Amino acid sequence: MRNERNPSRSEAKKSRADWSRKHLELDLLLVGQPNVGKSVLFSRLTGVRAVVSNYPGTTVSYTAGRMRSGEVTYRVVDAPGTYSLEPLDEAAAVTIDLLDDAGRIINVVDAGHLERHLALTLELLEQNRPIAVALNMSDEARRNGIHVDAVALEAELGVPVVAVVARTGEGVKQLIDRCLSLPPAPRCSGDEAGHPGHHPHLRRLSQDHLLSEPKGHVHLDPDRVWQRIGRISERVQRLEHHRHGLTERLEELSVHPLWGSLLAVFVLAAAFVLTRMLGEFFITGGVGIVGEPWLTLPFGTELLFERAVRPLLTMFSGALHPGSLLHRALIGTLVDGQIDFMQSFGILTSGIFIPLGVVLPYLVSFYFVLSLLEDSGYLPRLAVFLDSFMHRLGLHGYAIIPTLLGLGCNVPGVMATRILESKLQRFVAATLISIAVPCAALQAMIVGLVGRHGVAPVLLVYGILAIVWLLISLVLRITLRQFRPELLMEIPPYRFPVPRALAAKLWIRISGFLREALPIIFVAIIAVNVLYQLRLFDRLAVLAEPVITRLWGLPPEAVVPLMVGILRKDLALGMFAPLSLTLKQLIIGSVLLAMFFPCIATFVVLFRELKVKDGLKSVGIMLLAVFGTGTVLNLVL
Amino acid sequence: MNKSLNDLAPGEGGRVASVEGGLRVRQRLHSLGFVEGATVHKLSNLAWGGPVVVEVNRVQVAIGRGMARRVSVEV
Repeated sequence: MRNERNPSRSEAKKSRADWSRKHLELDLLLVGQPNVGKSVLFSRLTGVRAVVSNYPGTTVSYTAGRMRSGEVTYRVVDAPGTYSLEPLDEAAAVTIDLLDDAGRIINVVDAGHLERHLALTLELLEQNRPIAVALNMSDEARRNGIHVDAVALEAELGVPVVAVVARTGEGVKQLIDRCLSLPPAPRCSGDEAGHPGHHPHLRRLSQDHLLSEPKGHVHLDPDRVWQRIGRISERVQRLEHHRHGLTERLEELSVHPLWGSLLAVFVLAAAFVLTRMLGEFFITGGVGIVGEPWLTLPFGTELLFERAVRPLLTMFSGALHPGSLLHRALIGTLVDGQIDFMQSFGILTSGIFIPLGVVLPYLVSFYFVLSLLEDSGYLPRLAVFLDSFMHRLGLHGYAIIPTLLGLGCNVPGVMATRILESKLQRFVAATLISIAVPCAALQAMIVGLVGRHGVAPVLLVYGILAIVWLLISLVLRITLRQFRPELLMEIPPYRFPVPRALAAKLWIRISGFLREALPIIFVAIIAVNVLYQLRLFDRLAVLAEPVITRLWGLPPEAVVPLMVGILRKDLALGMFAPLSLTLKQLIIGSVLLAMFFPCIATFVVLFRELKVKDGLKSVGIMLLAVFGTGTVLNLVL
Repeated sequence: MNKSLNDLAPGEGGRVASVEGGLRVRQRLHSLGFVEGATVHKLSNLAWGGPVVVEVNRVQVAIGRGMARRVSVEV
């Protein structure tokens, strides 16, 4: 699933160059510090659904959309959150670049934490561009006894200031009106020719900013800036004594060394159980925690496929000639004269059943639970607890967020590694995700296929992948001895997940899966059929036999699923089903399939994020790990 | 008396007296609110050499011990 609405850098550059030629005077750019609700406001303005979560760094690139106001359509861009305009990290670099093209700017600040957010505002004001300030989350601030006088702040800053609640839409209309009444900035001359060639994004920015100091930008003396901020906030802000509420108590408790760790264990266990319960329910209609369900309702995708799809397909299969090419492609092979949704491998049988009957229910349940964790604000707290452990593996705690996203789909997981600040940490985290973190689609199939032999083998597969993950990170920590930065992050307040936002996020992720997985699965099935006809797999099996059979103990035909895994892992694992593997072979096969080459979508993103050289290194590590793991498992199991 | 963020006991608080370190580290700490005069309040020391958690300007921040050492607080 690549629909986290982060266009690739090259696409982004291209589209931005296009706009700066045609639509520059209409641009509206949302700028603000991380986790201030820019994406919520963006969705309000444009109707474009953006992924919104309660932790800093959800938008790692930027999102673009259109807003209509009266007769005119405006292009709106949601910049990644940045603390300052010093190009210290990629988020700041992207923002600075966007600022050059922006006609008007909306600076989103958190009304509850004015002092901190004003630092960026003052930096933006230095740029002398048309800017309006959105005092967001003014409701939350009021509840916490913080009152900000928008009129007084406007007088202090000299630009429009509007109190808004992006979540509910309060004040947004007024914000747009006031912002659009500002005359837009003239086009920036530097971007006339677009961005030529592939020059490194960041370096260009830092040079612009640090060496040539465009537009008379002077480094502001930090002490004087903070003094000024102090004076401003004293004049515009009134603090009421606020009594400690339940949320605050819970916030303190969840970072307590003892109670917090117990809570972390509890939350993770609950998340796991809930994901499994919901997934099982959506598939089989069974209600229960583990083992036999307590009761089974007439519900679930299995029932749907048996009752509604099977009769249709059986009729269709009868109408086609069983040996014909069309029958092979659409229905596949019959097992005992019957269609077997897991084993037939036609486009209309397994090609539909695997993504919709097995993977989709699991995906919905996984992302529902993940969204709860994301939106409540628990994930950063988990990162704090895991920090010392992750440091021993050469990562820091925040790497848990990309890793958890990777358990849904590796693509957004790898992209989210951008929130880690050093290149080395990004490399390690992305490599680990692409090798040893199974995506939800693959997990659904592992549970479905390996799970037929009981819970223990499923846990064994997960356990082996966890050990592989640990070993690779330890080896990388020892071989790549470089400075690894420490954790420094703000922990957002707990917030109650907003059902509408949660549903919207779920829809973005699920529809992304449907749009991208189904076509790839169909193409893969056709390709496999063609390759069988051409007898190419036979030759490949002969070539691969020494490794696959002698080293890993799998039958030579296992080369087919391993190859298909490069397209889609879920479909590939399904291809193990007709091979009548022993349990040992199934376990080895599942583990190797998870590790052997990320699926094509992840592969593309991995190379885009790491660039070719590090991407190749990552692939090298993957190949070594696959050979080692396969061989060891064959000897040990 | 001045103490580093590391040495504050959970529950203890005060005002930031100084932030040491290179330009980059100072900028990052500043941007999260660790500026001279800001009120901080220690919440917890995570086990096993983990980060410390403090509240600065009503925001919770987790900060690695190496960096926490650079922030000195007047108790």
